[in-house]
This record gives sequence, structure tokens and C-alpha cells, in this order.
Amino acid sequence: MRYSGFQIFKQGLTGNSGWKPVWRDPTPKPEYDIIIIGGGGHGLATAHYLAKEHGLTNVAVLEKGYLGGGNVGRNTTIVRANYALPGNSEFYSHSLKLWEGLEGDLNYNVMHSQRGVINLFHSDGQRDYAARRGNAMINQGDDAILLDREGVRKHLPYLDFDNARFPIYGGLFHPRGGSARHDAVAWGLARAADSRGVDLIQNCEVTGIDIEGGRVTGVQTTRGAIRAKKVGIVVAGRSGQVAAMAGMRLPIESHILQAFVTEGLKPVIDHVVTFGMGHFYISQSDKGGLVFGGDLDFYASYAARGNLPMAEHVMEAAMALMPMIGKAQLLRSWGGIMDMTPDGSPIIDRTPIEGLYIDCGWCYGGFKAVPGSGFAFAHLIAQDRPHESATKYRLDRFRTGVGLMDEEGTGSQHNLH
Amino acid sequence: MRITCPYCGERDIREFTYRGHALAIARPAPDAGEAAWDDYLHLRDNPAGATQDLWHHGPCGAWVIVDRDTVTHEVAGSKAVAEVKR
Ligand SMILES: Cc1cc2nc3c(=O)[nH]c(=O)nc-3n(C[C@H](O)[C@H](O)[C@H](O)COP(=O)(O)OP(=O)(O)OC[C@H]3O[C@@H](n4cnc5c(N)ncnc54)[C@H](O)[C@@H]3O)c2cc1C
Ligand SMILES: [Zn+2]
Repeated sequence: MRYSGFQIFKQGLTGNSGWKPVWRDPTPKPEYDIIIIGGGGHGLATAHYLAKEHGLTNVAVLEKGYLGGGNVGRNTTIVRANYALPGNSEFYSHSLKLWEGLEGDLNYNVMHSQRGVINLFHSDGQRDYAARRGNAMINQGDDAILLDREGVRKHLPYLDFDNARFPIYGGLFHPRGGSARHDAVAWGLARAADSRGVDLIQNCEVTGIDIEGGRVTGVQTTRGAIRAKKVGIVVAGRSGQVAAMAGMRLPIESHILQAFVTEGLKPVIDHVVTFGMGHFYISQSDKGGLVFGGDLDFYASYAARGNLPMAEHVMEAAMALMPMIGKAQLLRSWGGIMDMTPDGSPIIDRTPIEGLYIDCGWCYGGFKAVPGSGFAFAHLIAQDRPHESATKYRLDRFRTGVGLMDEEGTGSQHNLH
Repeated sequence: MRITCPYCGERDIREFTYRGHALAIARPAPDAGEAAWDDYLHLRDNPAGATQDLWHHGPCGAWVIVDRDTVTHEVAGSKAVAEVKR
């Protein structure tokens, strides 16, 4: 069924009895041309673009849980293209353009809201860096406006501008940045892939990868063996385990990142605001909850929950920046498993095994990458060469030291990002 | 999560800094070759379950190897690097 205002009207008049499940629940076939392991945002986007851009529909997405139950449904939904380094710049720029057309493409309301992202700065040195980053964004064809203190005050009058430790000097404003409804992105992509014939198979955990003579031949799953000519691994925080099934060790350590949401409030925060010095960022969901988070807990973890010291740290930063939210009641907190690479940038590449591809290392920033990554990974799998937006996401860059993309300038080493 | 420092006893996690997998103390020889250094610097088993990691205890300066579970966050034991590596 095509969704439209007319459908809502018609269904409203007929007791909403015409809505049907939006994707099938197929049993796995014995063989596919392509198997995608992982039904998160990136896996579903890969399937969507394989079908739409390359006409490849004999494809299955194998998901061990339910669609959208991983990080795609656990993140704080910030979508932006404000990277500074070649490699990341062109990739996120392309991804944001795909976001801008995504709702029409999917015929699905993903609630993409370009409300603007403001990154605050608190010193002359940080201002210089913000100016440089803004120029890199403009050179890439994206939008950036350097705001001085009064410029920030116009947008965000409620901040504590004269904080003793981090007085606000200004901010880098990225008007096309914003947020989207995370679940809707997963559901919309799933519906689009399914409607083109892709099999979305839930409760199907991949337990082994079959390799013969250096070539992938299929996978073992909790629902039996499935053969495939090509296999793509897109399992975010679980990348290490799944790659190990193919005898690979990855330059990845999985870490926990927490997020928090308050009770619903009247509209109060119109933008996405980031306070890098305090490790805090915030936006308000359309339901009214303040959605915010901070840094990693900073130790290897597969628990989808964190420890209290980081929760406390995030609350302190929130109070330092915007004391007005101090009386809001916290509703929930949770965590997700982040696939961290040494340089903080991702990997979309072939593996040493013929027919086996990997898309991983999204760290804490892979939601905005969902369409861009799916597009590039589908291209790589279908055509066996990288898409032009993602030529630098090489798996071997750590070994060779060539083409590292360390946005934060902290060094290409585990535990620094 | 609380960690036992071999010198100071059981302490709040906030006193410690995580420094990655404990393989960090098994530094290869300078001429061990590219593969050995890639293994050491970048590649990780990244286990879901029992692991050994390296923590630094700020107050006393000790380097501590911690046996920990990455799924439950249970800390099973710890020992000083100085005792393992002299
Ligand atoms: C708290 C938090 C806040 C975040 N905030 C942002 C943000 O504001 N902006 C942003 O851009 N990014 C953000 N991120 C990062 C972003 O959510 C992730 O980088 C991204 O969602 C990862 O890709 P994915 O959606 O494909 O992952 P997932 O949804 O985790 O998908 C991976 C899937 O693989 C499945 N899987 C694993 N092992 C197997 C197996 N053996 N067999 C079959 N299936 C398997 C899993 O069940 C899972 O569904 C945040 C993350 C967290 C946790
Ligand atoms: Zn101590």
C-alpha cells in the first residue's frame, strides 16, 4: 500500500481496518545471491539500495533478534555532515543528501527534521578550529555558519554563557543538521526492501561462515545453513564475533555508550546542541522528551547498559550548560554497543576472503551514516569496487598507516575516541 | 563496577583509567615485523565474556591487570603488572 494523506483519510473512515503488516515473515530459502548479516540501519539500507540501485533482489537480511532492536533503535538520532577530513567529508555529505530525499524514496515518514546543529566553543583556539572545520564543510558543498557569542544567544538564550570553567565564545552552526525518528528509519527501509522482494529474516542468528578455497559459500544459522554467492557483515557492536567466524581479527574494540531521556516537556530546545568540552549533547524529541548523552563509558563492554559515574558526569555537564533543565525528571537511560576503531572512522571494504565484505567501525556516529553506508556497501557488493563516496574506508589503513582519518586529532590508537 | 588495586584494595572505578586489552604489556620486539605490530597495536579479539584488561590506578600510580566480564561487568580478580612483568 502506498502511504499518503488520502490513505489516512480513507482508513480513518473505514475503522482503520485496511492497514496490513508492512513486511513479510518469510522462511529462509536454501540459497541467495547475497546474504546481509545484521538487520540494523546499515544492513537494511544495504538491502534497500541493492534492490533499488542494482536490481539485486535475491537477497536475504539475517537478523538474530528483531529488526531495529540494535543500535539503530538505541541512538540519539543526530544527523549531520560536519566532518573536516577528506574521506569523511565526502561520505557524510553524500549521506546527508540521501537523508534529504529519504522520505520520498521510501514513501515513509522518518520524521527527518533539519532543525540545525550548533557545536559550542569556549576558547580562541577552539574558535579557530571551528572556523577551519566550517570552511572544510563549505568546501565540501555543505553549510556552516560561524556564530559569535551574541549569535549563539539569539538561538540559545537559555545557556549559561558566563560559566566560570567554559564561558561560551560562540558556536559552529550547521543548519541542515538535525535529527530523525530512529525506529521509523529502520521500519521504512525494511518496508522498502521487502516490497522489492528482499527476504527479511528475523530470529536468525548467524553462527558460522562457510568458506571453501578462500571463497565464501554461505552461512550457518540458528535456522539452518543458507548458501550464498556473496555475504556482507554489518553487525555494528558484534563485528568482532562475526568476523571471527571467518577467521578474522578486526581493528575494533566494542564499547558502551549511554543515553538518557526525560519526561515529555513543552518545546524548549529547538536545535541539536553539543557541548564538546563537557561531553554533553542534547535535543528534544517530537514527543517532548529531552534526549541527551555524553561520552563512552571508556572500557570494553557488551552490556547494553553503563555504569553510574558516566551518568553522573553527563548530568553535571547538563547542569553546567543549561541549568534550566535541572528540574526535569529523568525517565530512562540505556546503552548501546559501539564498534570503535583506532582512528574513530569506519570501514567499508572487501575482506581477504573472496565474496565476503564488511561494513563496521561506526563508533558512536553511525546513525547519520545509515543511508550513505547502505548505498556505498551495496555498491561495493554489487560491483566489487568502492563507491566514490567511500573509497577511503579501507580495512588495511591501520596496518599500512596510510589514509588514517582521526577527526579528533587524538592519535590513531584504541581507547582514545 | 569496582576494581581491586593490589596495593590500595577495592576502589571506585572513577579512580582508574582504562588502557585497553592487557595484551598491551606484551610489546613485540622493534624488529618483530609489520604483522606482529599490527596485531599488537590494532587487531583485537574483542571478546564478549571473559577478558583481561589494563587499568591505571591514579591515586597510587599502579598498573593493574583486571579479569573482567565484558557482558556482565563482573570483576573476577586483579593483579599488579609489576608482579607479572619484572
Ligand atoms: C546511545 C547511543 C547514541 C547514539 N547517538 C548517535 C547519534 O546521535 N548520531 C549518530 O549518527 N549515531 C549515533 N549512535 C551510533 C549509531 O546508533 C550506530 O553507529 C549505528 O546504529 C550502527 O549501525 P546499525 O544501525 O546497523 O547497528 P545495529 O542496529 O546495532 O545493527 C546490527 C544488527 O546486527 C545484528 N547481529 C549481530 N550479530 C548477529 C549475528 N551473529 N547474526 C545475525 N544478526 C546479528 C544485531 O542484532 C543488530 O540488530 C549512537 C549509538 C548509541 C548506542
Ligand atoms: Zn592503587
